[in-house]
Amino acid sequence: MFRFIVRRLLQLIPTLFGLSILLFIWLHRLPGGPETALLGERGTPESRAQIRESLGLNEPLLIQYGRFVKRLVQLDLGTSISTKRAVTTEFLQRFPGTVELTITAMVIAIGLGIPLGYLAARRRGSLLDQASVGGSLLGTCIPIFFLAYVLKAIFAENLGWFPTIGRQDPTINATHITNFFVLDGLLTREWDAAADAIWHLILPGVALASIPLAIIVRITRASVLEVLGEDFVRTAEAKGLTERTVRRRHVLRNAMLPVATSIGLLTGLLLSGAVLTETVFAFSGIGAFIKDAISNLDYPVLMGFIMIIAVIFALVNLLVDVSYSLIDPRVRVR
Amino acid sequence: MTLAPGKKKEKLERLAELSAVRDDEQGVSLWREAMRRLRRNPAAIVGASILVVFVLVAVVGPFLVPYDPVDQSGIREGVIKPGSIPGTSGDHWLGYDHQGRDEFSRLIVGARQTLIVGIVSTLIGLTIGVLVGGVAGAAAGLGGRWGRLVDSVLMRIVDMLLSLPSLLLAVSVAALLGPSLVTVMIAVGVVSVPIFARLLRGSMIAQANRDYVLAASSLGVRNTKIAISHIVPNSLAPVIVQATLTLATAIIEVAALSFLGLGNPDSTQPEWGLMLADAQIYLDVRPGLAIYPALGIIITALGFTLLGEAMREALDPKLRR
Repeated sequence: MFRFIVRRLLQLIPTLFGLSILLFIWLHRLPGGPETALLGERGTPESRAQIRESLGLNEPLLIQYGRFVKRLVQLDLGTSISTKRAVTTEFLQRFPGTVELTITAMVIAIGLGIPLGYLAARRRGSLLDQASVGGSLLGTCIPIFFLAYVLKAIFAENLGWFPTIGRQDPTINATHITNFFVLDGLLTREWDAAADAIWHLILPGVALASIPLAIIVRITRASVLEVLGEDFVRTAEAKGLTERTVRRRHVLRNAMLPVATSIGLLTGLLLSGAVLTETVFAFSGIGAFIKDAISNLDYPVLMGFIMIIAVIFALVNLLVDVSYSLIDPRVRVR
Repeated sequence: MTLAPGKKKEKLERLAELSAVRDDEQGVSLWREAMRRLRRNPAAIVGASILVVFVLVAVVGPFLVPYDPVDQSGIREGVIKPGSIPGTSGDHWLGYDHQGRDEFSRLIVGARQTLIVGIVSTLIGLTIGVLVGGVAGAAAGLGGRWGRLVDSVLMRIVDMLLSLPSLLLAVSVAALLGPSLVTVMIAVGVVSVPIFARLLRGSMIAQANRDYVLAASSLGVRNTKIAISHIVPNSLAPVIVQATLTLATAIIEVAALSFLGLGNPDSTQPEWGLMLADAQIYLDVRPGLAIYPALGIIITALGFTLLGEAMREALDPKLRR
């Protein structure tokens, strides 16, 4: 197990190396060069020359790349042009919001998707089955930001059931310790603050969950159908186990394996979707900030955030693979 | 009897071809069988019908539209006022857009642009993906130690592309290249490169252990020729299915890039993703401006998805009888 994890961590190195080269090229291809990224558009020729000198931009590219990597390793990702604060600070402040949102979406997608997919497979050909299959096909075809706007227009603006924007009602005046608003509310026993934060999570959570939900329904359905046809299920039934036991012990457990693998893939979808959903709901997370960085040409933020997300994404995938090999011993052998 | 070396080789290759197990010699060919099953699948019929209509509109529509899609007649005639965009009327079936252009004409002409952008970006991803995956697959399946090295280098590059969530990869590429229509197509295409590359490689490695490859190889056919004329054609089915499905995601991703402000900077030429993104500011005034192009995107994406999924089922050897 230990060797498996070490090997997977080592495989990360070439990936991160490649990504750092990509970012380095990107930085140098910026209109006006890296000094523009630091000075913005206002720099005078003198201050530009000064910055070029102090950044070592007149030195060979290889040395510059070495410095660039050193800064990356030290987690020094530069300063945001629009807020003048360190990129890492901005990230840490906004990341909890995105985590809360993606967890909400994941809970919705898994909580609805697995039972739906399972029932669809058990009653193959039924109305429920056809509706789930059709719905999941449709679900992947709706642009997520359009769905977010529709949900917002109907349930927030017209019916008024949910708040339209933000992570929490500012009039609540909640105390924030961790920046996970729900967790903060629970820790400080400000129940109304926690409830309000959850309330703000639901609509964006549903919009973000749409594609993962569609995928989970399809994978669960296909996987249950395949397991139901296996010999060991027939054996279990033949030896007189109750349907309940067969379902729990034999069908569900084995059918969940492909679903577990897909969770790594879903993380990528959720992080992509978060950029769109957070923007529609003005939900202060890394996604909405990335959209702002695009509009403000805030390249240090854009590049820094993308680099951090790549690392997090890789670690999540590693975690999924490790837990997968714990569930399914067959994987470890390879 | 002795043969000239060239002649001998030719004969051996012919033998290899004859001894290779070909699907069409076992009765019905893979593709004919798949077509037969596609025709019986209602989902495939619905998907294909949607696409036929879409392509017809894209090809013929622009010649038949009632108005010039870039003519801002609404502004010239003063019917567009702040906070009011006229809706459906006898002359303008779907009203005007926010710049006083005929919405119906823009939707129809937009179908062509959407189709072109979707197809070109998918082709970019498909071409690069097939080249990378094909070389990696051939190297891994046939190439010995050096082959494995080539394969693992190529696959690490593919892994690098997979190390970012898809939309963020597209955003990175788009921001790197600067805003233009070509950028959008490249950015959306790059996202699908790793998918095609992995699919083809996996499928080729599975084929490399088949008997017909062994037969060709033992008759002395060069590895390159085996890979190109035997393994690749037998490995392409899943790639073609994936290309159909990718057309759907490409259209949606173009819309997402436009929404993030990384789309085609020239918004005079209508394209559904751009129209949808542009309409977001006018949602309160005229929600239709967002709904029409969104419906266009959803229905078209559904068409590609239905057809792609039906093709996947039809080509699945597990389901073949």
